[in-house]
Amino acid sequence: MSINSTSRVDLQVIADLIPVGAKVLDVGCGDGELLSLLERDKKVDGRGVEISQRGVNECVARGLSVIQGDADTDLVFYPDKGFDFALLSQTLQATRNPRRVLEDLLRIGERAIVSFPNFGHWRMRLWLLFRGRMPVTEELPYSWYDTPNIHFCTIRDFVNLCDEIGAKVERAVAIDGSGQKIGLSMPWWAWNFFGEQAVFLLRR
Amino acid sequence: MAASRTKARRDEANEPSSEVLRFGVDQPLQLDAGVTLAPFQIAYRTYGTLNAARSNAVLICHALTGDQYVADQNPITGKPGWWDVLIGPGKIIDTNRFFVICPNAIGSCLGSSGPAATNPATGKPYGLDFPVITIRDIVRAQAMVVDALGIDKLFCVIGGSMGGMQVLQWVSSYPERVFCALPMATGTRHSAQNIAFYEAGRQAVMADPDWRAGKYLEAGVRPEKGLAVARMIAHITYLSEAALHRKFGRSLQDRPALTFSFDADFQVESYLRHQGISFVDRFDANSYLYLSRAMDYFDLAADHGGRLADAFKGTKTRFCVVSFTSDWHFPTEESRALVHALNAAGASVSFVEIATDKGHDAFLLDEPELFAAIRGFIASAARARGLEHARP
Repeated sequence: MSINSTSRVDLQVIADLIPVGAKVLDVGCGDGELLSLLERDKKVDGRGVEISQRGVNECVARGLSVIQGDADTDLVFYPDKGFDFALLSQTLQATRNPRRVLEDLLRIGERAIVSFPNFGHWRMRLWLLFRGRMPVTEELPYSWYDTPNIHFCTIRDFVNLCDEIGAKVERAVAIDGSGQKIGLSMPWWAWNFFGEQAVFLLRR
Repeated sequence: MAASRTKARRDEANEPSSEVLRFGVDQPLQLDAGVTLAPFQIAYRTYGTLNAARSNAVLICHALTGDQYVADQNPITGKPGWWDVLIGPGKIIDTNRFFVICPNAIGSCLGSSGPAATNPATGKPYGLDFPVITIRDIVRAQAMVVDALGIDKLFCVIGGSMGGMQVLQWVSSYPERVFCALPMATGTRHSAQNIAFYEAGRQAVMADPDWRAGKYLEAGVRPEKGLAVARMIAHITYLSEAALHRKFGRSLQDRPALTFSFDADFQVESYLRHQGISFVDRFDANSYLYLSRAMDYFDLAADHGGRLADAFKGTKTRFCVVSFTSDWHFPTEESRALVHALNAAGASVSFVEIATDKGHDAFLLDEPELFAAIRGFIASAARARGLEHARP
């Protein structure tokens, strides 16, 4: 898991986007927190892929269907449209090729749900502006030289990538530093400034 | 002692201490070799009670040199069941809850038809007149046992190594009859390296003058030296370099210095010799040839036009694939290939790789991480099968 789990307010936001009984693949499922939540509350038919063997073993011990695998290399083995939803929660920034991973998600799932930390958040900007150093926060506690998070982006960046690969944004939710959803009426720049995390529901 | 063991072994091949099902000439076993086997018999053990819904049956498939005594004493060696760390009352495969069936594979020598058993046509041991069998044949015979026990759908099929091959063959041959499957330390085919190791073992058996072209039982002798060498070769592949080093290093066996001879100077030599000798005591040489051959012939993808995923097309079975980091007999890559094929087939699959230096044989040992994974998998499958309170 690449993100501190106390900050996982995005999990409930993701769960709210998924209908009861859906078939979901959680890519980068960590210790299975989201999958357990979805199996309990949404009765989903859930599968997971996780890169760390420790995470996988914890998941399987919890009774989840999870395999050890790498989002960058192993998604090619999944058939087209095998799932209703392909989820990527707080993992995009840790992949080597986020664009290809996103394309694979949209191929594997009828819909894809992606959540990621927004590097355009005002606190990140202030870190860079005033300290002149890469931000290290409670949510993203790693130093630049040992972080698993190698591809940070802002909400605007992500929207651009979606445009580029022809993904339609069906829903987007930004969550501020206190875990509150940012009002839908707010403009994109405000989302990009106040959103600490973002959750996107996408379709090809 | 040796003589009484020999007699016990001969008796067990035809009249096992365990339960046995005898199939007459009206119920032949169709073999992949294109011939039929009839009459034939399958020895098996069961533990626990089948519930009213007949939904709590767990089939255990044993490995190359295993037997049906999975959770109780082996009548020849007097040793406890070979998987009693996993199976028994209150254990992970809880026999208070599940009805456990463990058949002896055909071709083996503990009471199922095989080269050591008496050929009813001649009244003499089959020897090489026994037809060459495959993993699919072994599974086909097991299905007849499951039928005879009145079970339509097994809750779970579990096995490691050659047992894991049988698990995969079960799901492929009878997709509707397996609710969940636990193949461990196995692969979908024997690699060239595995075939090579087993061929060296078979050649050792056949090079022993006491093998007598397979008719040693009639001659009242046994190719003990050859079989012991075969076992020594195979046993090395079941361990890991790290485990051998940890256990023995270069330590000397009961001596202060090298003896400048071909004695077992090193502990590892003494250990291997012991493994070879104690194996000869409990196993039939021809059975070793037949079952190792069955493993060599196993290639699930080849049976499906080269597409492994097609072996599992449309499967509803839940899988938990297990491999071990230091297993070089069936390395993790073999399991990973299986998992990719299962994914491509849209199967529900878990895959755990257990970090251990104990090599291939780790599946038989008390590995806490392994047991946690199996416990979680079985518990969740039992819930899905409605077996939560299924106590008979």
